[in-house]
Amino acid sequence: QLKKIKKQKVLLMGKSGSGKSSMRSIIFSNYVAKDTRRLGATIDIDLSHVKFLGNLTLNLWDCGGQEAFMENYLSQQRSHVFSNVGVLIYVFDIKSGEWERDLGTYVNIISALVQYSREAQVFILIHKMDLVARNHREADYEAAVAAVRRKTAEACAIVRRLRNDSGAATKLSSSSSQQPPGGSSSGAGDLDLDVDVQFFATSIWDQSLYKAWASIIHDLVPNLPIIETQLASLGQAVDADEILLFERTSFLVVSKWTSQEGDSNPYGDRFERMSNILKAWKHTCSSFTGTPRNAEQFSDFEYRMGTSFSMFVTKFTTNTFILVCLPPGEARFNSAKLNVAAARPWFKYLDGPVVPPGSS
Amino acid sequence: KVPDPTVAQVKGKPRLLIMGQKGSGKSSISSVVFHKLPAAETLFMESTARIQKDSLNSFMEFQVWDFPGQIDIFNNPSYSFDLDAIFGEVGALIWVIDALDDYSESISRLNMTVVHLQRSYPHITIEVLVHKVDSLTEDYRGEIVREVELRTLDELGDLGVENAPISFHLTSIYNHSIFEAFSKVIQKLIPRLGQLEAMLTSLCRTCRFEKAYLFDVNTKIYIASDSTPEDTTSYVICSDYVDVIIDLTEVYGSWPRSQQWRDRLEGEPFNQTLEEQVGCEWAESVMVLADSKRPIMLREVDRFLALVAIMKEGSYDKMAQINMNVDVVVKGLTDFFEITRAGEKSRTGQEMVGQLPQN
Ligand SMILES: Nc1nc2c(ncn2[C@@H]2O[C@H](COP(=O)(O)OP(=O)(O)OP(=O)(O)O)[C@@H](O)[C@H]2O)c(=O)[nH]1
Ligand SMILES: Nc1nc2c(ncn2[C@@H]2O[C@H](COP(=O)(O)OP(=O)(O)O)[C@@H](O)[C@H]2O)c(=O)[nH]1
Ligand SMILES: [Mg+2]
Repeated sequence: QLKKIKKQKVLLMGKSGSGKSSMRSIIFSNYVAKDTRRLGATIDIDLSHVKFLGNLTLNLWDCGGQEAFMENYLSQQRSHVFSNVGVLIYVFDIKSGEWERDLGTYVNIISALVQYSREAQVFILIHKMDLVARNHREADYEAAVAAVRRKTAEACAIVRRLRNDSGAATKLSSSSSQQPPGGSSSGAGDLDLDVDVQFFATSIWDQSLYKAWASIIHDLVPNLPIIETQLASLGQAVDADEILLFERTSFLVVSKWTSQEGDSNPYGDRFERMSNILKAWKHTCSSFTGTPRNAEQFSDFEYRMGTSFSMFVTKFTTNTFILVCLPPGEARFNSAKLNVAAARPWFKYLDGPVVPPGSS
Repeated sequence: KVPDPTVAQVKGKPRLLIMGQKGSGKSSISSVVFHKLPAAETLFMESTARIQKDSLNSFMEFQVWDFPGQIDIFNNPSYSFDLDAIFGEVGALIWVIDALDDYSESISRLNMTVVHLQRSYPHITIEVLVHKVDSLTEDYRGEIVREVELRTLDELGDLGVENAPISFHLTSIYNHSIFEAFSKVIQKLIPRLGQLEAMLTSLCRTCRFEKAYLFDVNTKIYIASDSTPEDTTSYVICSDYVDVIIDLTEVYGSWPRSQQWRDRLEGEPFNQTLEEQVGCEWAESVMVLADSKRPIMLREVDRFLALVAIMKEGSYDKMAQINMNVDVVVKGLTDFFEITRAGEKSRTGQEMVGQLPQN
């Protein structure tokens, strides 16, 4: 039952100016969108270790996208950069103006990734969607996705061809003589060479960024099934309509539970909306109090909307905040607050690397 | 029977007339302030060639007229404008100056307008927005607004106009400044503002609040606050609070629940209607800041208005008592606006808050 701290290597790539450092600063360092205008181009690789909950460390590799750096990643630093990758996040600037060239670089990156970290998950963010007029967004996004899909298949085909042509894999990397893991070409193994990529349309100016990043971290969170089960018990115990669990710095939704009635909520984007709203609110509080933006900003937030609903957001465990949405009623609200406070110890392991014995 | 234009026509709806050069940001301003358009979306807006008339039904009915920059209403060969129809009502002329552009021509057009208004419609207040200042440094902003003010008043002096009711504001649609400026503009048009302010001041004293605002929920304009000095950071957090509440309400409160849901909630163990189970019919919220344990509270007064107050450290424990005081003021505010809407003479605010239970 003891689970050690999980480390994940996360590559953030894409051409210079596409918005990689911006999104990283917003999600993990509490920047607001307009602060990102001050960011300079990233030189080489900016490494950061982000502690997420108590038991996951994200090693974020923010890879500066200027051409010289990109060439370097693909040659000298190839095995250093592309081995042991858990997740690749590749960012395309929808307004780039040099699509063909961007796609060419992408093919090279994907080939290197597949060669060294075949199991890596790939997320493609079609970014800066705010710059496209509303009525063109869907079409432009679809076109971009189709193009990237084609190129992904192309990259896989290239690697497959090189694998079959034995020994070619080493030629791909100009300096390193290291044999990539799984590099021995066997016809059967190549069938799973197709990379599964997930696409998101994003912008730092709205909640879409939170949707993408919540999906990215979702599969990395350790003990997720336990969290989900316990959240469901809590939800039923306090008669909630919805419960969201947020990581305390990023305010990404780690886990959620929704009642049957809550399921008829027409706002399918509400989870990322809540992240965005609360994050912006945190920033407002920090400007008001003058405390650092990474500091905790509010402890309790209660809202009762007449006969419509009640909700509260509160500090839950050391690393999480919880949002509980309830049916209306004073008594129900007060008892839910007490019960949620009482349930904190069940979730203690969210803050440490160890799952308490017998909790699953 | 022509109404005497020198006397404000109180019966009508107060009117905001937005004028200025083409491209100065007039349509952006009215879309952002009155229609919640996100500021960045104004980049996609098309320029309009006709006067846009908006009628807003809020705590007070008022009208917003957006004039295309190229039209000179006083001296137009192709149209002749009915000036009484434009300026006859009580209201404000909002003159938008693009701070990033050469503004000499804008200032002389403004001054021509002021001369006409002072002669025929002196009840119109004049509000100059030195606009698009978001990209400028703090120092430079101060410099620009001083220069605009100096040049305007100089030229007006040369034209023989002294003491025109003219104010200057630094604004941008990318931050709160535009809402704060409109707050000040609107406050001048509210009859018996002093009574509202007295109610809020008294509430602050009884409940030991640091600051209290009465917001128009739809526009984030504050229509009154207590008598403590103006403070932008307080305004910003309170107006963002209104935003958060609106967003939460949209996501969780704007869709219908099923009858089974209601039946279940009204049955065991409560056996009460939902109406009986809740303490307050309108939105009610409180939030505690982590650093100083200062709470901020929000209470809806009616469909249009919300009271937002910054409280003193540690007063979260006294919420029950505070809520009783707030209830009394909310009732007073409701009466005030019912009476204002009915156009009648109101009781004084002092009386109502005087009945507050003391802490
Ligand atoms: N309009 C818009 N601008 C964005 C968005 N995301 C980032 N930007 C802007 O794009 C510019 C460049 O962003 P960075 O995050 O520094 O780009 P980068 O990908 O890290 O670039 P390198 O470090 O050189 O690889 C900044 O001025 C951001 O404000 C977005 O979603 N929409
Ligand atoms: N930077 C900045 N740009 C603004 C601001 N307000 C408006 N704009 C821009 O100014 C341009 C002209 O605005 P518009 O409303 O069409 O001007 P109008 O002709 O006076 O109605 C638009 O591109 C707006 O996005 C502001 O506060 N700051
Ligand atoms: Mg960067």
